[in-house]
Amino acid sequence: MKRQLILLAIVIGMAGCAKQALAPTPAGAAAPEGAVLMESSGGKQAAAIGTPLEQPVMVQLNDAKGAAAAGVGILLSGPTGAKFDPPSGVTDANGQFTSQVAAPGTSGHFQIVAATADGKARLKIDGIALGYEQGLGRQLSTQYCARCHDAESTPERVSNMDNLDPKPHAFSEGDTYNKISNADLTSLISHGGAALNKSASMPPFGYTLTPAEIQALISYIRAIADPPYERVYANK
Amino acid sequence: MSTSGRSLWHRFFGNSARAFGSVSVVLLFSLAIAPAKDFFSEWRKYQNDYVKLVRTRADAVTLQRHIEPGLQQIWHPELVVVDRCTTCHLGLKEASLADVTQQPFGKHPPIPHSLTQFGCVVCHRGQGAATTVREAHHSTDAWEEPLLPARFIEASCGQCHLTPLRGTPVLNEGRRLLSRQGCVHCHNVRLADGTPMQPTDNPPDLGHIAEKTTREWIFAWVKNPQAYATSATMPNFGFGDDDTRDISAFLVAQSTPSPYTARIASRKTKPAAGDASAEGASLYGQSFCASCHATQNAAGNLVGGDIGPELTRVGSKLKPEWLEEWIRNPDDFFPGTKMPRFRFTDQQLSLLTGYLQSKTDSDLLANVHLEPTTQKQIDHGRALVMEYGCASCHQINGVKKPENFAPDLSHIGSKPFAQLAFPAGVEHTLPDYLTSKISKPRAFGTGLKMPKFTLAQAQVDALTTALLANTARANTLPATLRVASQHDSQYQPAGKAGRLMDELRCFSCHSINGRGGTMAPDLSWEGSSVQSQWLTEFLKNPNTLRPALIRRMPKFNLSDAEIHTLADYILTVYQSPAFDRDGIAQASLTPQLAEEGKQLFYSKYNCNSCHIVDTAKDKGYVGPVLAQAGLRLTPAWTFQWLKNPQALRPGTIEPNQHMDDADARALTAYIMTLKARKGANQ
Repeated sequence: MKRQLILLAIVIGMAGCAKQALAPTPAGAAAPEGAVLMESSGGKQAAAIGTPLEQPVMVQLNDAKGAAAAGVGILLSGPTGAKFDPPSGVTDANGQFTSQVAAPGTSGHFQIVAATADGKARLKIDGIALGYEQGLGRQLSTQYCARCHDAESTPERVSNMDNLDPKPHAFSEGDTYNKISNADLTSLISHGGAALNKSASMPPFGYTLTPAEIQALISYIRAIADPPYERVYANK
Repeated sequence: MSTSGRSLWHRFFGNSARAFGSVSVVLLFSLAIAPAKDFFSEWRKYQNDYVKLVRTRADAVTLQRHIEPGLQQIWHPELVVVDRCTTCHLGLKEASLADVTQQPFGKHPPIPHSLTQFGCVVCHRGQGAATTVREAHHSTDAWEEPLLPARFIEASCGQCHLTPLRGTPVLNEGRRLLSRQGCVHCHNVRLADGTPMQPTDNPPDLGHIAEKTTREWIFAWVKNPQAYATSATMPNFGFGDDDTRDISAFLVAQSTPSPYTARIASRKTKPAAGDASAEGASLYGQSFCASCHATQNAAGNLVGGDIGPELTRVGSKLKPEWLEEWIRNPDDFFPGTKMPRFRFTDQQLSLLTGYLQSKTDSDLLANVHLEPTTQKQIDHGRALVMEYGCASCHQINGVKKPENFAPDLSHIGSKPFAQLAFPAGVEHTLPDYLTSKISKPRAFGTGLKMPKFTLAQAQVDALTTALLANTARANTLPATLRVASQHDSQYQPAGKAGRLMDELRCFSCHSINGRGGTMAPDLSWEGSSVQSQWLTEFLKNPNTLRPALIRRMPKFNLSDAEIHTLADYILTVYQSPAFDRDGIAQASLTPQLAEEGKQLFYSKYNCNSCHIVDTAKDKGYVGPVLAQAGLRLTPAWTFQWLKNPQALRPGTIEPNQHMDDADARALTAYIMTLKARKGANQ
């Protein structure tokens, strides 16, 4: 009996050690007192499930006085399937740490947690993983909607947003779209703005897009809404 | 010991009654093993957990009614699918569980197929018949097909869908790259319906290379193609200096005079090398060379198209007399070229050549010093050219295109692990093998021939996705499920106009009857669309129709007779069968009707949100400017377009407004009155 207990203790001890050995231990100094982690860039990006976000995620570590803290170990973690390249490292001379993040394998909002190795400073960064339907919606949006609903211009696609009055809303404007029910959004896209007493400049797409395509567009608009779209709205 | 052993024996088997009792107990116990294993099985735990989860939901009653206890199975004998995944993944079809993140109970995200149509493993891979988490999802000793990671999931669509799909951008890009990057020159890749993939890059013929460039440039290029042009398709073979020297020696030695050698040599006035005059630069701009060719700007970014090669350092590459003759008529030198024959005058040719020759990079050839060639070098160079399969892509005198030079990749998506050699540090999965093989081919051992391509991570993933689609299953699925691959159209217009269109390489940018490029509009029905006068003027002096689009159509300096031939052919042959080009008489479009149309244009349909009519006050950057539409379009086309734009040009972004005939006719009448004459073209 005694021997078995000792054996059990050894096994538990070994398991514990093994678990510790698995966790990455970044090099670098400990975080200074009152250190603050901030998001430099790369938050709220959307990418297809499992694929890398377009821009790398960059975090900034400052000490209590707001000066950059260099050489401090940073760890990134996220939901199952999210990948980080690299998952850990030390902040550079400007207090920054950059990593390429791949979205997890299931669609929806996900959170990346950046923390100093000693856990004194933590930061949550949002990301969006797009499933098949949202990905399709994103493509349709690029083809049919972005000319007016995206303020960004490229040499190939000059934005028409400023030419219109009232101005179209960017699809990420959660404050606007979250208040519109799925049924109303469907009619807006199918029958045009005039049907819902909105701008007549929004043409009807019901004879151009299939119901499944309109559903995909809505799914995409819901996915990228900021603030995020809550299911509650749909039932109102 | 022996006494206690004997007494134990005696206790259980001492007499026949005891022995019978003992054996019965053992037998009963062993009979209980099977039901106990079933009772304590992993999947039963998940089913119990699911019941607990469901009880907490608002629609618990409905959800509970949907539960079917016990092992579940999707069985499709014709697809060889036996999937028991739904035993644990119980909520896949429950719309109300969309917010559940606890696996394995979440709802399956929407896909274009029904969930039971193909089962699970056709798309996700893994072992469908397994009933434990480990066996179903990971590779085990007996089974080596683990789940497919999400980033490659489009590979599964590619098993049946052999044509590009809107929902599979990664797969489409991967297949495009297999052809564009020249992978299929060396590797055979057959799609599931047996169609071999064809290369779409256009590697040059090296048979007359000595006429075109110097041995020094060949050396620098073979050593590192990307040092000459960052966008170069040719991969880096990692040759050492001696090998590169010998290859350049051989390539120059095998070069023969072309039928145009005499013409090049007879040029009396040698073009001025390196004349960076503003005149040459503006001719380069006016001829829209940048529509196809890119150059690096001061910031190091590539600006321009990717149909032709990058020209940033072209002056360090080409001999001026060859370049001048090339621009005069590229087809003479390379019948497969996409470059049109511009009708440049001798003076223009000289200007353009001088300008291009000024685009040099002194660093490129600064350290290349080659001794005169020896026969030994040439022989060694030939051996290397044969060993590395250069003739798979290029025409080289005296070297035949090798057959089956590299492994066939038609079934690579189901390659057994036992046949793969993994280098250290690469995870033992097929996708990881493929991504490393594509991005770091030489890490797999010394003496390997596959060169290093310059690819971004997203491109490597796309290529891997396209390769993973080539599974054994893709070849055994019922042929009726297959969405067959498109065969390229071989359309070739006839006669004088056909020859002209070939010389101008219209198909490099425009598509007609299924053949051609995608950069410019499809011209299959252009004859129904435009007025003869406008087309003639456009061919003489092309301009852009869209306010926010950079013009890309070059001016070919066509003669009046050539323009007449071309316009005539387009107007008569490229007509839509759906309606009569002259079906609406101009006279029937009255001023009253036009006035009514104007109202509709500005108030009911808000056409001005996207189109400009009055350039002084209208804004709208989406559609073409309509200020001269009355001079450009035919009334019948305009009417049909308003009724259903996608029917005339699939994929156009102008939505179908389901306009009735009266509105469409009134709008047509208004648009036909738009005849603003501008002083000059844009």
